[in-house]
Amino acid sequence: MDQDHIKKYSELPTVLKIKRIVQENPTVRTFYFDYELGSKPGQFVMLWLPGVDEIPISIAYDNGKEFALTICKVGSMTEKIFELIEGDQLGIRGPYGTYFNFKAGDKIALVAGGYGAAPLYNLAHEAVAAGCEVDFIIGARSKDNLVYIERLEVLDNVHLHIATNDGSAGFKGYTTVILADLLKEKKIDHIMSCGPEMMMKAVGKIGDDAGVNTQLSVERYMKCGFGVCGQCTLDPLGIRTCVSGPVMNNKILNMLEEFGSYHRDDVGKKQYF
Amino acid sequence: MANLSVSFHGVQFGNPTVLASGVLGVTSSTWRSVVQNGAGGITTKSIWLEEHHGHPNPTMITTPYYMMNAVGLSDAGVEKASSEIASFSNEKPSPLIASIVAGTPGDFEQVAEKVAGLPVDIIEVNISCPNVESEFGRPFACVMPDAKRVTEIVKAAAKKVNPNLPVIVKLSPNVESITAIANACAEGGADGFCLINTIGPGLAINLETRMPILSNKVGGVSGPAIKPVAVKMVRDVYTATKLPIIGTGGITTGLDALEIMMAGATLVGVGSAVYYRGIDVFKKMTHEMNEWLDKNGVQNVAEIIGTVKM
Repeated sequence: MDQDHIKKYSELPTVLKIKRIVQENPTVRTFYFDYELGSKPGQFVMLWLPGVDEIPISIAYDNGKEFALTICKVGSMTEKIFELIEGDQLGIRGPYGTYFNFKAGDKIALVAGGYGAAPLYNLAHEAVAAGCEVDFIIGARSKDNLVYIERLEVLDNVHLHIATNDGSAGFKGYTTVILADLLKEKKIDHIMSCGPEMMMKAVGKIGDDAGVNTQLSVERYMKCGFGVCGQCTLDPLGIRTCVSGPVMNNKILNMLEEFGSYHRDDVGKKQYF
Repeated sequence: MANLSVSFHGVQFGNPTVLASGVLGVTSSTWRSVVQNGAGGITTKSIWLEEHHGHPNPTMITTPYYMMNAVGLSDAGVEKASSEIASFSNEKPSPLIASIVAGTPGDFEQVAEKVAGLPVDIIEVNISCPNVESEFGRPFACVMPDAKRVTEIVKAAAKKVNPNLPVIVKLSPNVESITAIANACAEGGADGFCLINTIGPGLAINLETRMPILSNKVGGVSGPAIKPVAVKMVRDVYTATKLPIIGTGGITTGLDALEIMMAGATLVGVGSAVYYRGIDVFKKMTHEMNEWLDKNGVQNVAEIIGTVKM
């Protein structure tokens, strides 16, 4: 049996050493790894902290030689990851799932809520390299919760729009208000969003109303990441987030009554937003 | 086109492929999707009386030869299962096999009574999961008197509610004599069997960390590598009991399905093949079964059950 065949049917973690760690804000860090991941923007990896747990994480950067994961300290596993230093080991499986679709030269509006900025930075980076023009709308509770601003500011052909709930930076209010105004001002080929589900639900509605192709990144609890465990399936179609997502067209999401309503926990019980 | 329909203890299936328990079995939406992808029937993920958390991740790994898992039977309990089963039975696209599990005979009695009152076609008693041993001790399927007692209890509890509901027992291959266990279950009133549950447990080590990959450290082995063991054990249990069997364990192609049916299986459980060949593996397998049956002049797939010449 040749190596390619073995690799194709093997879902096993690859253990990597952390190359460097960047502190984004008090609760967000970015971990860099020297590894040819071969991912596309919007895809995810299963990140393994040996002896603790394994969780799906969006890819925040991948230049073909190194990749990065931006992680927010929100639970017991991420707390333990924050104790790691450069040179420590983490395992990854993947990349898994679907990715954002665009053509060279497209005009794209990105809507990032909170730490959804990381995977959308990855997308913006690749989109402008392909000659796209990007309007990047980023929202957070307040100035301290904004991440990736400096990285976005230095990208050519990226117009940055900031919104905060408290007005401590940029526009005081929601990202969706900026998006709606933007769509009135100029022609946009695609809207792409990553962030809290209720925000994305609103983004999808705005995209539908304006007749613009809208792609959203869905987050669900996962065990395997390769389409077998059944934990991340979406009602009522029963499609799997890890295989048919995480990036899904809003035309599909409109058929999924659970999107914007509930998700399921580790035992499969519905948890309403 | 051959006739692929089979009857399992009086329950009619459009074709012999059924979704095996523990794979894609969490929601009724997914069951419907699996039927749309060609499955003749569905087995639910094992249902507990109350909510039961599984093991932390990683819970599942694969190689071209085998899969290994220690999900640890996560489930939200019989109440949530009731609403999923009700939703599925509104349309009833296929027969539904309810897998039940418990840590004690008393809990088995309660969950059996509740599930027997739901619109399900068969109860599958999971007494053979190797991944909750640290919590509940040796699986009941590995101890003859336990296997018999649990079968009796579930059968009696189900009978009170629905006298005609078939009760089948999922057997473990990790025993000295699977026929001795099967005979004990038959004495306890089993109407059939599902076999085999996963083999092992096994251990997979990550070289860089020198640690087990699965958080449970060990896990049950399934997938293509275990198929010959499944075929042999189906043959043994079929010969010993003559009861209907769901044959499962690494069945990946239509030809694999026909092979385990020749060994004595009436239905064929499909699990790991969803990974190897995609969710439409059920359609692929029934197409392959049809091709072989047509080529060999077999009009009804049921004719081949148990026809191996030993």
